[in-house]
This record gives sequence, structure tokens and C-alpha cells, in this order.
Amino acid sequence: MDLTQLIPIGVFLLLIVVLSPLLGTYIARLLGGEGADEMDWKQYLGAILTFNAVGFGFLMCLLMCQQYLPLNPDGAKGLDLALAFNIAVSFVTNTNWQSYAGETTLSQFSQMVGLGTQNFLSAATGIAVLVAVTRGLSRSTGASLGNAWRDMSRIVLGILLPLSLLFAVIFVSEGMVQSFDSARQITTVEGLQQTVPAGPAASQIAIKQLGTNGGGYFNANSAHPLENPTPLTNLLSTLALILIPGALCFTYGIMTNQRRHGLALFVTMIVLLTIGIGTSLWSENVSAAAIGETALMEGKETRIGVAESVLWSTTTTAASNGSVNAMHSSLSPAAGGVAMLNMMLGEIVFGGVGSGLYGMILFVILTVFLTGLMVGRTPEYLGKRIDAVDMRWAIVAIIAPSASMLIGSALSLTTDVGRSSMLHSGAHGVSEVLYAWASAAGNNGSAFAGLNANTTFYNIGIGIAMLIGRYAVIIPVVIIAGRMVSRIRMKESAGTFPTHSPLFVLLLIGTILIVGALTFFPVLLMGPLVEQVQLMQGGF
Amino acid sequence: MAITSSVMSRALIVQALKDGIVKFHPRELRRSPVMAIVAIGAVATSIALIVDITKGSFSGVDLQITLWLWGTVYFANIAESIAEGRGKAQADALRRSRQTTTARKMVHGAEQVVGSSELHVGDLVVCETGDLIPLDGDVIDGIASVDESAITGESAPVIRESGGDRSAVTGGTRVLSDRIVIRISVEPGQAFLDRIIGMVEGAQRQRTPNEIALSTLLIGLTVVFVLVVITLPFFTQYLSSTGNGSADTSISVLMALLVCLIPTTIGGLLSAIGISGMDRLLRSNVVAMSGRAVEAAGDIDVLLLDKTGTITFGNRSASEFLPAPGVSVSDLARAAYTASLADETPEGRSIVHLARHTHNIRDAHEDLRDVVTHAFTAQTRMSGADFVDVSGTSHHVRKGAADAVEAAVVALGGSMPKDVRTAADKVASAGSTPLVVSDGDRVLGVIELKDIVKGGIRERFERLRLMGIRTVMITGDNPLTAAAIAAEAGVDDFIAEAKPEDKLARIRLEQSQGRLVAMIGDGTNDAPALAQADVGVAMNSGTQAAREAGNMIDLDSNPTKLIEIVETGKQLLMTRGALTTFSIANDVSKYFAILPAMFAGLYVGSDGISPMEIFNIMGLASPQSAILSAVIFNALIIIALIPLALRGVTYKPQGVSAVLRRNVLVYGLGGLLIPFVGIKLLDIIISALGLA
Repeated sequence: MDLTQLIPIGVFLLLIVVLSPLLGTYIARLLGGEGADEMDWKQYLGAILTFNAVGFGFLMCLLMCQQYLPLNPDGAKGLDLALAFNIAVSFVTNTNWQSYAGETTLSQFSQMVGLGTQNFLSAATGIAVLVAVTRGLSRSTGASLGNAWRDMSRIVLGILLPLSLLFAVIFVSEGMVQSFDSARQITTVEGLQQTVPAGPAASQIAIKQLGTNGGGYFNANSAHPLENPTPLTNLLSTLALILIPGALCFTYGIMTNQRRHGLALFVTMIVLLTIGIGTSLWSENVSAAAIGETALMEGKETRIGVAESVLWSTTTTAASNGSVNAMHSSLSPAAGGVAMLNMMLGEIVFGGVGSGLYGMILFVILTVFLTGLMVGRTPEYLGKRIDAVDMRWAIVAIIAPSASMLIGSALSLTTDVGRSSMLHSGAHGVSEVLYAWASAAGNNGSAFAGLNANTTFYNIGIGIAMLIGRYAVIIPVVIIAGRMVSRIRMKESAGTFPTHSPLFVLLLIGTILIVGALTFFPVLLMGPLVEQVQLMQGGF
Repeated sequence: MAITSSVMSRALIVQALKDGIVKFHPRELRRSPVMAIVAIGAVATSIALIVDITKGSFSGVDLQITLWLWGTVYFANIAESIAEGRGKAQADALRRSRQTTTARKMVHGAEQVVGSSELHVGDLVVCETGDLIPLDGDVIDGIASVDESAITGESAPVIRESGGDRSAVTGGTRVLSDRIVIRISVEPGQAFLDRIIGMVEGAQRQRTPNEIALSTLLIGLTVVFVLVVITLPFFTQYLSSTGNGSADTSISVLMALLVCLIPTTIGGLLSAIGISGMDRLLRSNVVAMSGRAVEAAGDIDVLLLDKTGTITFGNRSASEFLPAPGVSVSDLARAAYTASLADETPEGRSIVHLARHTHNIRDAHEDLRDVVTHAFTAQTRMSGADFVDVSGTSHHVRKGAADAVEAAVVALGGSMPKDVRTAADKVASAGSTPLVVSDGDRVLGVIELKDIVKGGIRERFERLRLMGIRTVMITGDNPLTAAAIAAEAGVDDFIAEAKPEDKLARIRLEQSQGRLVAMIGDGTNDAPALAQADVGVAMNSGTQAAREAGNMIDLDSNPTKLIEIVETGKQLLMTRGALTTFSIANDVSKYFAILPAMFAGLYVGSDGISPMEIFNIMGLASPQSAILSAVIFNALIIIALIPLALRGVTYKPQGVSAVLRRNVLVYGLGGLLIPFVGIKLLDIIISALGLA
């Protein structure tokens, strides 16, 4: 193995470790404190859901009648119901699954006003829910979780817009396209005609990366030279994948007054991410060696290379972002498996902005429940007792996305409408389908390539999975926060198990891997794992 | 209640084997969702087996899987029956002492014989030597020794008397001597004994909040695995329809996989753990009025206890004579002795005792004339004697609280020497009580009355501290004295000069700061605090009001029993946690046993071997044997863990991290590795016997 592969990975990890606490402290200052007009959990949840529903309706209308709207230089047509539903759900749920090619299907107006807006709002929704949950766990009087409107406007204006602006300016300076022109016909040096698309990409890419959205301006996403032109944009784009999710761990620690616990969650995520990157890199190298190559370059950009591609593929799936700089279908089987497992775990290793951490909190609740029992105390989290009803909601939130992944995949594999979209058969076919449903229910949005998901069956089915993956988690966590907010906070005593020790991190990782892996081990075995074995045994 | 101490007796097991069959009734199975799923799986494989037989394709392995699935349910039933059986045996023993008797009811001063079931609250009954006390009540007149062995198992009789904190008597106990009048305080059928029997018998029917939360988790895990197993055939069907070989997704294999994955170990033992937790408490002679109280005991942060009788022996006793300058020790001792002759309080007697034994002063008053003794009264706070000695000098010796004696001396024109005052202060600051002795206007010196801290109490508090529990001592002493005793006994905090309402206030304060509080008490004025505390342990020797207010009753009336109570509470939760972790960790090895076997026909290469074979890391002999081994292991582990469920996991008071590390290593890592070994061994046996 080429050890220089480790350099970009090391630089990336170092930057994340340095930047996350800084940004996290700023966010805590921005969103801390109590204000007027605070809402209880029902009002907060109602505001969030109403806001998302309105956004969904607006986006759907916009997509279905884009031909009547301005900024449509390439004459994109209005979308049919199933695709419009799918795209609207996809962007409102921060999934940004795309079963279409952005540059040919959507007008610039749809991209900017429709999708661009939701890129901000869906990200703000995730962070707002996390902040509400944080307040639920840190307060011990009253019933209020904050004001949803104030939280969301502060998140958009104070975090997302300034950061996006910063990133967009750097991106443009690196040569990323940003214009309202129509596509250009150019003659290449070889004398061929080529259509080079244009559009307001850079501004879109910044929030795409920062807000764990992932929906590319171009179909090829960040593998496209106009979407990711230089090594610097590649590094910044990779950083942006988990910058806010990483920072939120520290925000959480500060707001709950349990800084070391916030750090422990961050460390847990970093460790899981590093395990994923390591496994993927290992798999790339042994797989290449097995077929007598130095690197598996199919589906990767030669200018980006193996290490940065694998770093991105692991991070983007860990982070519920879903943007890609290489085609995941062509990754070595186990690297593809890591990408899938990241999504199957529920997008909690950094995960989506806000959603990753509140998903992680569910696993923490599960972990402290078991460890609490094992030290002989009624389980509590941050000093708040965990009762049977909390447990029920935590389990609903953990199971619902997994269930939609398994059921969706099972239906796709056994129905004609499902199967007709598949490019490969056998183990790789299983991976294709599994990936699509994991991506949808995990609200990731990246695609494995190969599967033609722009059919009514997949547009509707995956749309439903995205809704379950988002709201079957948001609703339970807000309910848990609403139940816990008024609960008295138990004093920490010598009998309380600390939630910031290395042992805690180890147990949390164990719980995540065992619960996640047990659910998906059989299907992973039939897909990527057996594929890896076949490859290494020379079965191809 | 002192029943056999062994975890399981032969008779108990035989009974449990029978009861286990009754528990196959759907109504019983429904109470444990996990085991209900196993039963459904067993029914499904049975039906599939019968269908196969009618088709003429009988499979011996399928039959074995079916039998083991039924066995899994049966083993869980047995575990519950054994736990219940121990409770039933205790209830039966208690019931024997709850016979209906006659009572001598007082009606307008005359006795009237009625059945005990005809008594009502407020009735007065008379009990004399040999009488069985008909119902719970309070002694309002007289004093008697009572045999309470029917309830406590303790054969030594106890004293019950009117007034004070030892007035409560329990129905079913027997008066051994003297005569008492009892005011009945409960209606027939609601007596203490009835409640204990109800608790012991009904233990299995009440699920505690924590048990419900854990069940929720187990149901969640079960749902996940049901989903996994239901969707699995869709994947394999796709693979075989696209020419990638076939997987064995027969009903028996799918059910075997399901039953192995769902948390049957903890699911099967959960109720046994709960029942045996209550049972263990009962064995240490503590009756918990609810399972909730037992669990709360494991969470206690603060323990409030009275100094007197708990930390120290009830009475202070004289330990040293500290003479004033120019006075000999023996003179002081003699004066103190004489001054205490009329003092019948335990303190006064201890002074006499000390003077006699260490200063050899014997009945000196025989030499004295015109002796007039003054008994101790609350008003004078002194006792003493006036007499004329052999030399004809008249004396007026007094002994009492420093300020009272000083006032008396000053009134006679004397004064308190500085050295005596210093000595008195020193005694007080050491946690003892100084008494000053005077003769007329002359101060002779100080008597040190010491509180004797019970032996071994320090170690017990040390143990509580290791469990994370702070101890708070409550005493009526002044702060100086309280601090010294607190230091000697090793308590973390104290409340000095405490009034009864201070206990309640302290409990409320601790609770409002998010702590769980345990309180031990016996007096009527403890009742509000006992009721307010999260765990209120009433002494059985205490008043009826205290016993009603607490949620636990210590039949031995031993205040340090709380350590056992807390340990039992913690053990109960730990056993649940450990077995849940064990159960989940087991799944990894079962996957590695069953999945390669199930998928052995997929992707078969030109060499006739599936790449799945590489995941058969245990090297199990054949797919059939692999599946059978996993199912058998899964069933047998329930039986193997019954003793652990009944006994509880070992608990040593040490830091939480140490406890957790140990349990994670034993039950987490152990749960991961043990089944690999177990399944491999079973596979070797199965292949050797040719069973699959």
C-alpha cells in the first residue's frame, strides 16, 4: 500500500479536529440562552412540520410548472407528479436524492429558488430540531424547547449563509462556474464539439456541502470538473461535509453543560469514520492487487485519485451528505459496503446537520440504558431518568428507517417494476438496490449508479422511505425531549456512570456496531461482503 | 420465613418441571412477548413438519429443531416456575401462622370472646400469656414479651409496651408473658401478614417501571429481527431467480435463525430475575411493599439515619473522671458516685458503674449519715445527695449539666475554675458530654459521658460510600458533639440539634436537588419522613404509623440492613443489564453459525464451494449441524443461566467504572466469545452422534 495515500486523510482529520470546536463554540453562543415566546414540544414540532409541509408544497408546484417560470435558458419542461414528489421530498428532508440529471431536467430557477432554498431550510430544520432536543435534555424546569422560528432564522442567517458565502467565494476563485448563461457549444482541442453547461453552481455547491444536502448542480456531482475543479475545492468540499455536524457535538456539550460528553460524542464519530476510511482504503488496495492492478480507477477521477475518492465516499455517506466525487458503484466491494453501512447505521457518524447528532443521541440513550443497568442504577441520561415511554420512542426512531430499508429492498428485488430498473444482477445487483434504499431512508441521497431510479415505483417508494427516514426520527426525538424537559435532573453522584470516559466511547461504538450490524449483516453478506470474497478469490 | 438457603431444592425443581408445562397456556405466554414469538416459531415449524410428513419427506434435523424450539419455551417456563416456587413456599409458611383465632374483645370494660375476623379498627382486645395476637394494633396498656418468630424467624422474644416507639404488635405473633391491651389498627384481611403474603405471591404479577422499559427494548430488538428474517427470503429468492444458486429458507431454518437472534436469554429469564430479587430481600428479612421500592433502593444517593440506636448504642456512658486542680481522682469519683446514687437514668448508672470498676469505690454511703438524695429532674438538670461523712463534715454533692451546676455553685458564692471549664469544653468538642460535679460551692471536676459508636459501623459506611451513597446522621446533640461523632463513625454529613420536622425538610431538599433519599426510622414522628423518602425502611419494632409509612419493613429491625437492600436493588438491575448484553452479544456467533449454513448454496463456484464458506469461521461440520448447534446452544444457555438469574450477578461495592468494566468483560465480551466455543462443541458432539 502506498503510504502517501494517508497524507490527505491525515490533513483532513487534523483540520476537522481543529475547526469543529471553534465553530461549535460560536453556534452555542448564537443559539444559547432563553428568549420570549418559547414553545413546548407540540408547538415546536408543529412549527417544524408545518414549515416543511409548506416548503414541500411550494417546491412541488414550482417543479411542475417550471416551464412557465423565469431563468430557464435551456427550456426545461415541467416535471411529472411522481418525479416532482420525489424531488420535493428529497430536498425538504435534506436527502437530496436525485433520480434525474440536474443540468438537463431542471431550470436555473428551479435549482436556485426551489432546491437552493430548501438546501438552506432543510439544513436549518435539522439543526433546529437538535437545538430543541438539546434544550429538552439540559433544562429541568418549564416545558419549553425554544422558539422554532427564531432558531431557524438564526441558523440560516448566522451559520449557513455566512459560511456558504465564504465557501462560495473561494470556490469561484478556484474556477467553479457561477453564471446565468445557457450551455455553451465549444470546440475541443481535438476538434470535437462539446456542450459545456453553465449555471449558478458555486453558490449551490457551498450549501450542498455544508448543509449535508449533496444534490449536485450537475449529474456527475463533485466528480464534475466545473463542480470540483481543484485540489483545494476538493479538500474544502470534503471538510464541509462534516464541518457543521462535527461542530454541533461541541455546541451540544456546551449547551448541556457537559463539554466532555460532547467531546466524547465527537471522538466516537471520528473513530467510526476513521475505521470506515481505513476499511475502504484497505479494500481498495487488496481488491486492486487481487486483479493485478495498482489501483481500481473505474468510476474515479484520475485527477482526484483513490485516497481522496475513498475519503470522500466514506465521509459523504457517514455525513448523510450524499454528494460524490467518484461513482460508488465502482468502489471496491467492501468500500461500497462501508458506504452502505454508514447509511444503514442511521446516518449518525457525523450524519446530517443536526439530524446526525440527534440520531446519535438515540444510540446514546440505548447505550446508557444498558450501562445504567449494568452498574445497578435506573438508567439516566444527562441526569434525566429514562422511562419506558422514552425507550419506546427511541426504538421507533431507530427501527423505522431500518425497516424501510429492508422492506424497500425486498420489494424491489422481487417485483418486476423493481427489478427492471437494475443494471447488474447477482451480488452487485443486491448492492445496487440496497444502496438506493439505504440512501433514501438514511436521508443521504447519494446513489450507487447503475439503478435507474427515475421510475414511478422508485420515485414514490423512495420518496416514502425518505419521509420515514426524516420524520420517523424527528417526531420521536422531539417527543422524548418534550417528555424530558420538565423532568428533574438527578445530581451526578459517585454511583453515576460518567458519559465522557473512554469506556463510554467504547461502549457506544460497540452498541452502534452491534445493533446496526446485526440488523444488516445478512443482507450485506449477500451483497458487498460476498462480492469482496469473490473478488479476492478471483471469482470475477 | 427462614426457608432453605440453597438456591434450588429438589422438590422445588420437580414442582417447577410440572408448572413449566402449565405455562404453555397462551395466556401465560402472552406475558413475555419474546417467548411468545419463540412459541409461534415452534408452532410454525411443527406445522411445517407435519405437512412434510404427509408429503412423505420427513427430515430428522427439522424434527430436532422443532423439539429444541419447544424446549426453549419450556426452559424459560421452568426458570419462572422455580423463581415463583420459592416465593410460594414462603407464602405457605406465612399462611400457616395466619390462622383465625378468637379474641378477647373489651366491651364497656367487660371481656367478650369474638372471632378475630369480627374485629374492626378501634376495637380493644386483651392478650395474656400464651394468647395469639388476633390482628395488628398498638399496645395502649401494659408491657409484654412477644414471640414474633412467625414473621421474623427470630426466636428471641421482643418487648412490646404502651407508648413510645415499641408499641406496635403484629397479628399472628404470640404473647409470651404478661398482659397487654391492644387497640386494633387494621381491618381483618388487611393486616401486615396478609400484605406480606400478597407481596410474596403477587411478586410476579407486578412489573416495575424499569422492567417495562427493558421489555420495550427487548420487543424492539425482536421486531428488528422479525423484519430481518421476514425480508431475508426476498433477497435469496432474487438471487436464485437470477441464477446464483439457492439458499435454504425452509420454515425450520428461518425460525431457527429468528429464535437464535431474538433476545431469548434475557426474555426467558426476565421475570425470574424480578421475582428472585424480591425473594432475596425477603431472605434477608426485609419485606418490600413494592418492586418499585427495591429498584429505587439501587439508586439511593443519600441515606438519612438517626444517631441514637443506629450509629451509637442508645445510651451515653461515663468514660472518665477529670478532676479540678487540687482534687484527687478518687475524691471526684466518690463524689460523682454518691451524687448519682439517686439517678436512675442509664447515664447515672454508668457513672456508678465506672466509679465502682475503675476507682474501686464500694457502697461508701454505708459510712455516711443523714443521706438525702436528689433525683435527676428535667427542671434542675442535676442529681445529687446531701450527707454527713464519717468526719462529721456535711456535704452537698451535685452532678449535672455544666451550666446548671455552675449556676448552683455561683448561687452559693463559689465559682467555676477556669481549668474545669476548659476540660468541659474539650470533652464537648470531642463529641462527648461533660457533666460537672460539685460539692457545695466547690467544683470538683468533670465526668466525661461518651457516646459509644457501634463496632464495625465505620466499615459499613465505607461500603456505602463505595456504592456512591452519602450518609447523613441526624441527632439532637449540639453541633460540636455531632461533628465529633460524625467523624468517629465516618458519616459524610450530619444535622445537629435536629427536630423531627428537620428530617422531612432535609429529604425534600435533597430530592429537589435531584437525589434519591433513603431513610430509616421507627418512631411515629418519623412517619412523614419515611413516606417522603424514596426508600423508607421502617423497623419492625417501630410504631404502626412508621410501618404504614415506609415502603419497606426490616423484620430484624437492624438499621444497617440498608446495605443489603441497596445491594439487592443494584444486583437486580445489574442482572437484567448483564443478561441483556449477554443475549445481544450472543447474536454475533449465531449469525456466523447460521448464515453461512443457510447461504451455502449461493454463488457456488466451479469448485462446488460457495464463497460464503469463508464466513463459516467456526468450521462447523455441515449446514444442518451448524443450525442445530446454534438452536441447542440458545436453548441450553437459558437453563445454564437460571442459577445466575436467581442468585443475581456478583456485586462488589466499588467504583462504577470498575463495576461496568467487569460486567462488560464478563457478559459483553464473554457473551461474544462463549457461544463460539459452545456452538463448536455442540457441533462436534452432534456430528459424532450422527444427529445431523
